[in-house]
Amino acid sequence: MKSSVIVFPGSNCDRDIAVALEKMKFKNQMVWHKETILPKSDLIVIPGGFSYGDYLRSGAIAGKSLIIEEVIKAAKAGCLILGICNGFQILTETGLLKGTLLRNKNLKFINKDVHVKVINNKTSFSNKYKKDQILNFNIAHNEGNFFTNTEHLNELNNEDLIAFKYCNDQGAINEESNPNGSLENIAGIYNLKKNILGMMPHPERMIDQLISNTDGVNLFSSLLK
Amino acid sequence: MKFSITVTLKKDVLDPQGKVVENTLVNLGMNNLKSIRQGKYFEIDINEQDESKAQKNVDEMCKKLLVNLIIEDYKINKL
Repeated sequence: MKSSVIVFPGSNCDRDIAVALEKMKFKNQMVWHKETILPKSDLIVIPGGFSYGDYLRSGAIAGKSLIIEEVIKAAKAGCLILGICNGFQILTETGLLKGTLLRNKNLKFINKDVHVKVINNKTSFSNKYKKDQILNFNIAHNEGNFFTNTEHLNELNNEDLIAFKYCNDQGAINEESNPNGSLENIAGIYNLKKNILGMMPHPERMIDQLISNTDGVNLFSSLLK
Repeated sequence: MKFSITVTLKKDVLDPQGKVVENTLVNLGMNNLKSIRQGKYFEIDINEQDESKAQKNVDEMCKKLLVNLIIEDYKINKL
């Protein structure tokens, strides 16, 4: 399985995701945003960070960079795309995922471990998880408050496009277990074809018991053919 | 030709920054304050003599990059 990680000025989770991918036996390559040719990849990852210092809007400038045109072409051809944190924000700015990520409701940068529930476990990204499995993931963001229009929200629910929802340790999805104000506690979503996943939590930080836990491992093992 | 662009959050989008500014002004004694919504402002100088063409170009800039149409509205004014 070949993967590419796109690197922007201000990306800061690019090496974490590279370590995770290599640990999971992906053949990974780093791709600078000014490149115009994308190496042949089964998976493209847009990593977390603060691309372009979050100027204008988080992900807005990165979403118009040279390599993104190639990412959009690859996505339309069915390539798997994973956007984590700032990567999720970038995917919404490119239009590959609908909706947007607003400033956290409490106006604070939130860096903590939270619980999320696996909502759809039948995709290329989630087939090794159980349905409704509760995972412990780290979040670290200022703009993670997922927002979209009613039409898209209905589509997300009707087409089973919600990947993860914030919950408490018992799995309850409510206002108390919603860290940032996201609509319906949404932490991650798919596009209609389910080859693109955008998520605010960081699975790449959850791949080793020594530093956290291993709840992120199954996301990567799901991707391995 | 110069234009200004004002970008504001749509009516039903939560504006926590505006809310905090509003609360602070109320704390400062501005009791008649009804509400505050915070936005963005751009000034654009464009190399184009034809006003309708220029206006069209600026509109395209808004749609392509400056505005997130899901959550924001914008107004263009000729300066």
